[in-house]
Amino acid sequence: MDEKLKQKIAFNILLIITILIVAPVVLIFLLVLVRGLPGLSWEFLTAIPRDGMRAGGIFPAIVGTIYLTLGTAVFSIPLGILAAIYLNEYARRNALTRIIELAIINLAGVPSIVYGLFGLGLFVTFLGFGASILAGSLTLSIMTLPVIITATREALNAVPQSFREVSFSLGATRWQTVRHVVLPNAIPGILTGTILGLSRAAGETAPILFTVAAFYLPRLPQSVYDQAMVLPYHIYVLSTQVPNVSVKIQYGTVLVLIGMVFIMNILAAWLRARFRRRKVW
Amino acid sequence: MKRPFDFIIEKLVFLSGFASIIFVVLIFVFLLKEGLALFSTFGVGNFIFGRNWYPISDPPQFGILPLILGSLLVTAGAIIISVPMGLAAAIYIAEVAPSNVRTVLKTGIELLAAIPSIVLGFIGIITLAPVLKSIFHLSSGLTALAGSIMLAFMAMPTIVSIIEDAIISVPKSYKEGSLALGATHWQTIYRVILPAAGSGILAAMMLGIGRVIGETMAVLMITGNAAVIPTSFLQPVRTLTATIAAEMGEAVAGSEHYSALFAIGIVLFIFSFIINLLAEYFLHRGPRRKRKK
Repeated sequence: MDEKLKQKIAFNILLIITILIVAPVVLIFLLVLVRGLPGLSWEFLTAIPRDGMRAGGIFPAIVGTIYLTLGTAVFSIPLGILAAIYLNEYARRNALTRIIELAIINLAGVPSIVYGLFGLGLFVTFLGFGASILAGSLTLSIMTLPVIITATREALNAVPQSFREVSFSLGATRWQTVRHVVLPNAIPGILTGTILGLSRAAGETAPILFTVAAFYLPRLPQSVYDQAMVLPYHIYVLSTQVPNVSVKIQYGTVLVLIGMVFIMNILAAWLRARFRRRKVW
Repeated sequence: MKRPFDFIIEKLVFLSGFASIIFVVLIFVFLLKEGLALFSTFGVGNFIFGRNWYPISDPPQFGILPLILGSLLVTAGAIIISVPMGLAAAIYIAEVAPSNVRTVLKTGIELLAAIPSIVLGFIGIITLAPVLKSIFHLSSGLTALAGSIMLAFMAMPTIVSIIEDAIISVPKSYKEGSLALGATHWQTIYRVILPAAGSGILAAMMLGIGRVIGETMAVLMITGNAAVIPTSFLQPVRTLTATIAAEMGEAVAGSEHYSALFAIGIVLFIFSFIINLLAEYFLHRGPRRKRKK
């Protein structure tokens, strides 16, 4: 019986620790929601900042974040999906493939601020894009690449081998098989992973510090060569660089960023659930 | 036989496959290109072991020892907190929790992973720092300890999910064998399952360290940013990452200060490279991972 009691105590301790991890997450969301909602208004979402960012809205930062996320999607999605197709459908199990896999793992582990330095060195300075939406999007794309590659490979892997064999036996080439048999069945998984990857990119601050983020820019960016205000950096500015910003504006901005990231996550989860139900193999 | 479009796209597929290698090399090359200049004027030894980081005094000092120690201190604190807690949570989620509770807990931890680090930094300044300040009677709560707690929290999703995977991939027969011999579930967990998942736990620790040492915005906001050699968890410190983020904006392109910040990038890059290879090694050493459906 003693062992039974020990087990009971142990399991309760495990439960308490788990709650200690999960409860703050709930509290953070509640805190942001309760303090952020009063700050939200039509004006806050659609006006430019005024009065040294202590009044007005955050419209340019919202637009900047959307542009940057779209720019990241444009570069990282095709490259990531094609790379995953190569690794999963074409590559042989050899040393070269192993090196590519290790490179992907290392890309995933490079600190975000190092991506910032890299973007500054290559895109901003060497290629002469300047601090711009283009440079920021490219930097974030490379950072997001490992997430998209990994998610796509998982999705491709989940398509049963027999599907491919049937296609080959009908005389289809490898690319025809990928295009007409494997990809259509893997699309939901690819979308889910891609959206999650982009939602992370949307919330990143360190890689965009020197590649695109503008401290204060009271207009919308006109081209991909323009700097832009972006929400994560704006939060940093509001909470550390500008004194006497009202709590309403700070939390309101945080709520908008979390809201955007959250909507993308819910979309990803919804896609995953929806297509998982339909799978029949 | 092949249509031209198919031919082109297959070439693109091959090219994209190699892109990751190209990017890793490019990152390293550009860090070296901008950072190596410092070593020729200031010296590698003075850089790594120098005790003073005074980038804008005259003559400037670029010793990053205080920054390295700051990073290590904050990271050590975060790992001491997050690995045991993450292990406990992973065991609970994988082995103990009923399936509906498991779903709730896993969703909670996934939500944590979705919160941008800048938001955690902001919340940390407002909630965690004042609490630490009053508990330890400090002049400011922005300390290494605050950074460690915040980073432990941020590393948690990585650590929990990898340990959970490791626990789940322990062959079922191990568990059944132990239970059949009359061991309780808890005895089975810590005598049979945990040892079998050992290398997964090490991998989780490695990836946790990698995640924590590379974190930038939250530590920049919450560790107090004093570039001195730290002696306690209750004093402000400055990390390698925070230094780059805080100072690059004011460093003149091409100056010594500018290349010193890139040189810090080289140190971080090499460090994360080693940590990730180690993690990869531990991940593939465990019992053969079963293919998940």
